[in-house]
Amino acid sequence: MSGLGQPNPVAIACFFAFVAVTLGITYWAARRTRSTEHFYAAGRSVTGLQNGLALAGDYMSAASFLGIAGLVALSGFDGLIYSIGFLVGWPIVMFLIAEPLRNLGRYTFADVVAFRLRQRPVRIAAAFGTLAVVCFYLIAQMVGAGNLIRLLFGMSYESAVAIVGLVMLAYVLFGGMLATTWVQIVKAVLLMTGAFLLALLVLQRFGWSPLVLFAAAAQRYGDAVLAPGQLVSNPWDAVSLGLALMLGTAGLPHILMRFYTVPDARTARTSVSWATAFIGVFYLLTFVLGFGAMVLVGRDAISAEDAGGNMAAPLLAQTVGGTGFLGFIAAVAFATILAVVAGLTLSGAAALSHDLWVNVVRGAHASEQEQLRVARVATVVLGLLSIGLGIAFKGQNVAYMVGLAFAIAASANFPALVMSVFWRRFTTAGAQASMLVGTTSALLLIYLSPTIQVGILGHPSAPFPWRNPGLVTIPLAFLVGAGVSLLFPEREAAERFAEVEDRVHLGPEGLTEPS
Amino acid sequence: MTESRRALEALARAQWRLALTLSAAMMFVYFGFILLVAFAKPLLGTLLVPGLSLGTLLGALVILTAWALIWIYVRWANSHYDDTVRSLKDGSRGSR
Repeated sequence: MSGLGQPNPVAIACFFAFVAVTLGITYWAARRTRSTEHFYAAGRSVTGLQNGLALAGDYMSAASFLGIAGLVALSGFDGLIYSIGFLVGWPIVMFLIAEPLRNLGRYTFADVVAFRLRQRPVRIAAAFGTLAVVCFYLIAQMVGAGNLIRLLFGMSYESAVAIVGLVMLAYVLFGGMLATTWVQIVKAVLLMTGAFLLALLVLQRFGWSPLVLFAAAAQRYGDAVLAPGQLVSNPWDAVSLGLALMLGTAGLPHILMRFYTVPDARTARTSVSWATAFIGVFYLLTFVLGFGAMVLVGRDAISAEDAGGNMAAPLLAQTVGGTGFLGFIAAVAFATILAVVAGLTLSGAAALSHDLWVNVVRGAHASEQEQLRVARVATVVLGLLSIGLGIAFKGQNVAYMVGLAFAIAASANFPALVMSVFWRRFTTAGAQASMLVGTTSALLLIYLSPTIQVGILGHPSAPFPWRNPGLVTIPLAFLVGAGVSLLFPEREAAERFAEVEDRVHLGPEGLTEPS
Repeated sequence: MTESRRALEALARAQWRLALTLSAAMMFVYFGFILLVAFAKPLLGTLLVPGLSLGTLLGALVILTAWALIWIYVRWANSHYDDTVRSLKDGSRGSR
């Protein structure tokens, strides 16, 4: 008999402590959030280490903590493929994205794409992609939150979704990016500490050697758990998923937005180093947590709680550390979801207010107060929308939506971003076409894939063979963007490329005066 | 074309070359791993010592490779790149 689903006093105490501390931070941040630069970019005052932790906090969702640990526990080596896929996008962020983004943009990644292009068409297309990514990611997080909290705390699904939505709304609405950043930092530290303690408690039982642990897993469930299994049945599907995970990381709007919170490009660089270090350590720990749960809890007990394996890490915490430790891990999981949802909402609000309202509707002529007011209205709209979507998708299988969000981010945002920074002949029409084709082709092919056609609609087969469309849609977005740019050249965009080069490398001061 | 403009374009080219090489290296290592997982399942299941399969070792090495590549980039950027950027900025400020 497990302690899951019962009100756990330690979990409730830890969770209230987390909410109290983070609301305290929000109160502190609210007094400092006076301008859009504060609201969207924390006054550009965040240090490299802080932003590295916050990036790790934004990126390590409950899906990676609970989902990957569960996947490893139930399918062994196959789960590690995800651990690795989620890390390898970070070097790409470092080499191609972080510094140019910081130097060219102000609040959103559309600032960068639109820098030397015509503002309106580019921003509309970019906001379309951003909002698609944010919505699918939000649905996945909210449904995950509802299910998880029901399992962990025994609370009803709807109240769990409402609590997450309202607390998150308080962070973003009042504290803006400064509060969101500190919520991410607190959450990242808690999550790393929890995972680290859990791994120590596991390894202690195996003579402090992961190899002894892996050998114990192999002894109990056969050597097959240490070898590739059924998860990767279609090689090209695996490559497609890998490509989407890798380049999607470099196109997630809430991750990209974090680079505006630091004072300069060098700090952006430092923050990616820290983030990659933390995230890498965390995913290496999931090896230990997953196999630990497999051996110490057992596969049957894990699938009995939740067929997807999501309860592997909490059950492991209970086995090695008792109900108190289970409570701590449960609260950490709750905090994790809250923080990720806050980051997503802020980036969605920036697309709605900064890109669509200020730059498209008002033609970049809006007073500071108006911008801040619209940003807050957009935050409330997205917060309520996320609660509504969370409740609307109750009981639906939404596991594919994180993959979908990565596929859209990789196809809609990444190609346009890279071409706008590095390719002189990129044009407005090319950017627009690349982003729209990237978004719609990713949406269409996911709809036609076995995930939806077989898994959800129950059809016997699907018109598109792969579960993830990245291998088609990412090259397609690059080709369309390049093709349209070459067919319809834009002289002004090419002429202003020198300005882009200036800004990318030298920052706002540049060699030539910014126009 | 001024001298500082030429220096900036040389720097941009160098940065782009390194960024592209390192990105390609990361992709090569990662997709090499994925293709091995897809096409050489028995090979990756080989146990090197009890508990450690070749697949697990290579997987951990992919994560270490990501760290190593980032370390190479940061070392170059923090010294050569930042120095050049600083001298370009100083130069342009002086000429104004």
